Amino acid sequence: MTTALSITKNIHDWLFSTMPEGVASIVEMTLIALVYLGIFSVAGLFLVLMERRVAAWFQLRIGPNRVGFQGLLQTMADALKLLSKELTGTVKADKFLYNLAPYFVIISSLMALAVIPFTKDFHAFDINIGIFFLIAISSIGVIGILLGGWSSNNKFALIGAMRSGVQTISYELSIGLSLLTMVLITETLQLSEIVEVQKNGWLIVQGHIPAIIAFMIFMIAGTAETNRAPFDMAEAESELGAGFHTEYSGMKFAYFFLAEFINMFIIAAIAATVFFGGWLSPFGITESIPLLGVFWFLAKTLTLVFLMMWFRWTFPRLRVDQLLTLEWKYLLPINLVNIVIMAAVVWLNLTINF
Amino acid sequence: MSYFSDIYNGIKTLLTGMRVTGKYFLTSRKGAITQQYPDNRETLKMFDRFRGEVIMPHDEENQHRCTGCQKCEIACPNGTIEIIWDRGIDEETGKKKKKIDQFVYHLSMCTMCGLCIDVCPTDAIEWGQNFENSVYDRAALTRVLNEPGSKLMPGVED
Amino acid sequence: METTTVNSNFKSEKYQINMGPQHPATHGVLNLLLTIDGEIIKKVEPDLGYIHRSIEKMCERDSYQQIVHLTDRMDYLSSNINNEAVCLTVEKALQLAIPERVKVIRTIIGELTRISSHCLWWGVMGMDVGALTTYFYGFRDREMINDIMEETCGARLTMNYNVPGGLMFDIHPNFVKRVKDFIAHFKTKLPEFDTLLTENIIFQKRTKGIGILTREDAISFGASGPVARASGYSCDVRKYHPYSALDRVTFKEALRTEGDTFARYSVRIQEMWESLSIVEQLIDNIPEGEHRVKTNAVIKLPKGEFYQKVETARGELGVYVISTGTKSPYRLKFRSPGFSNLSLLNHIAVGGKIGDLVATMATLDLVIPDIDR
Repeated sequence: MTTALSITKNIHDWLFSTMPEGVASIVEMTLIALVYLGIFSVAGLFLVLMERRVAAWFQLRIGPNRVGFQGLLQTMADALKLLSKELTGTVKADKFLYNLAPYFVIISSLMALAVIPFTKDFHAFDINIGIFFLIAISSIGVIGILLGGWSSNNKFALIGAMRSGVQTISYELSIGLSLLTMVLITETLQLSEIVEVQKNGWLIVQGHIPAIIAFMIFMIAGTAETNRAPFDMAEAESELGAGFHTEYSGMKFAYFFLAEFINMFIIAAIAATVFFGGWLSPFGITESIPLLGVFWFLAKTLTLVFLMMWFRWTFPRLRVDQLLTLEWKYLLPINLVNIVIMAAVVWLNLTINF
Repeated sequence: MSYFSDIYNGIKTLLTGMRVTGKYFLTSRKGAITQQYPDNRETLKMFDRFRGEVIMPHDEENQHRCTGCQKCEIACPNGTIEIIWDRGIDEETGKKKKKIDQFVYHLSMCTMCGLCIDVCPTDAIEWGQNFENSVYDRAALTRVLNEPGSKLMPGVED
Repeated sequence: METTTVNSNFKSEKYQINMGPQHPATHGVLNLLLTIDGEIIKKVEPDLGYIHRSIEKMCERDSYQQIVHLTDRMDYLSSNINNEAVCLTVEKALQLAIPERVKVIRTIIGELTRISSHCLWWGVMGMDVGALTTYFYGFRDREMINDIMEETCGARLTMNYNVPGGLMFDIHPNFVKRVKDFIAHFKTKLPEFDTLLTENIIFQKRTKGIGILTREDAISFGASGPVARASGYSCDVRKYHPYSALDRVTFKEALRTEGDTFARYSVRIQEMWESLSIVEQLIDNIPEGEHRVKTNAVIKLPKGEFYQKVETARGELGVYVISTGTKSPYRLKFRSPGFSNLSLLNHIAVGGKIGDLVATMATLDLVIPDIDR
């Protein structure tokens, strides 16, 4: 146990020794929530910066490089600017729902972060239905989008919200089924155990062909789930202006924006955990230093995030009916067949184990 | 069967597209087409013919070449040029002669068509390469091109 | 409003939204009043006039030299070709003999303008269907042409390089070298346009079979340029009424018969290749000679009516002048390609989705100042 990780244990012991058990656990939960909130608002800002730099490099540009060293503080400055901006709204908006919507979106994406294992001991909430919890939580966010689009009383926003609803409901299936394909190998829903199983080889290697198909489906569906191009139907700027958040400004807009990036991180993190062994290092080269698990986890996640950015800056957008065709006529049937293949692979013991 | 070949071909075209952008991503350092404008002011040089603003060059003795013929004023489609002229006495011949008092140039109305410079018989006005014309008061865009106390260069009218 | 009752509680209603005048897909201040049923477009009513500057009326008070610079501000993406159209009309009326050098340079610059206009269109087309990166690749190549123009003409967008009787000044000494560099550069980049966007499965699904315009409709709506040629209507002014040096070059008229959005896209891509070949044929043998014929300081056209048409990047631009023998025209009418091409939008966009409308509108390549004038 390294010192960094024993600090959390020390705090835990100290809290429980000084306070009654009930109070202590509440204090501990609050502390963890605050730490996560802090880390992820910064991480979200970093992802926005990363997106802008990556986009710039794809587009023969330089990207933000003025605020701070190489523009590192650019998004921080943007966030401060958005904080100080006036919150405008439409007169005929349904005020309660209009104000509620951004919190739905941001809270659901922050909740999903709780179950993601960063490394062996850096794991806020290791429940035995981890994957199930993630799938369930990630579909709550769309309620916020629907509320925001409907309540702002703008036709462009309404079209965007409806598109988003139809898209998320469809692609939920693919996300769930492609993860279930992998659960057939791991035989558990608990994320920490899923990673433990991969000590004999990452699942994408263990499950070989069906795992690769499942991974591709997961990435496509995950991109769609986060409403990013080429599936950015909800905010298709050349069609709908800004889509569901047309009428939002200031910090409420920033919540939508930040949630999009945190969702992207979550999708990439799930993919890294389930398919690429989470915190495990390749061939176990740094197994003796558990803290490096965070590094490996983030390296894998950011690589996948980069892949999603690469998609975004290369492909044209699909049309809304093609989006549904892709899901219901291609991804879903392939996924169902894939589950059967995977079941056969596991049953006949054809998985590759080192 | 076309179902699967569609998927295969589709993914192939997507990957070739990603190869193009990926190539530019890797060479982004030298391939950037952005100019970091206010920083590159020293090295930024406009082309000789660039139309930034109309200027009237003066020589060392504060002499210009404008005879006040007003051809530019007539040629201008927007009324950008206004020549305020006077009749002075020519020292050599003692005759009355037209000379300019003020050559007023309203940059805010100029469309940079170049007709005034094209029509000028004595090449008194030409294009300046300055393009940084933002000011806080639009009155600053109305300029008098001939410098105070400037005279007509001798020999221009011949 | 027409309603279809499915159930007493659930009614399906058409609704209207204003697309524009501040909308990313309308490329300027065009307002489209859309009647929509869900996502399906039922009616498109363009609402024009947001950028009307009465250029035709202004022409009635301007001298013929001054009219040229106003045409820069119509279709600003093919400003050189617009300039050429007015100059050709005046020269035709005055029966001026134009030096060969001027004719060749005008053609080269016109074709370069066409390439740069299509480059911009390609970038924006990609952006309208959601691929934002194409915009920058299109602009990278356009930038090279802009530099050529800036060095020779002095401006990047509103050149005003042509004057009645020739060119305002001779080409810059670097011109030939720069154009050759550009040709070599662009020949490696144009195939990339295809791999990045044309062959992309999503792009093809978005554009094929969308916004179909038949040959008969193209003719009856007065479509011209790539829009009409994509429907199989051969109407290239450069082929049928060659002007300047276009009679001595060989090029193929880009023709497609499908008439859908993808056909209009391909026609423009092919036109870039053809324009490149025209420039290549002419750049090595620009004849020596005068760059300008002396005209009177005040040009007075003889009494009568004069018409000249040219092929701009968007289609056929006609200049119709009625002169009473004074220094300004009595009436001047521009037949602009964008106006006719916009008129068929309602015809081809109805029944599609909002995304289809955006893609279709992108291939019509509308420039709003050209429509409103």
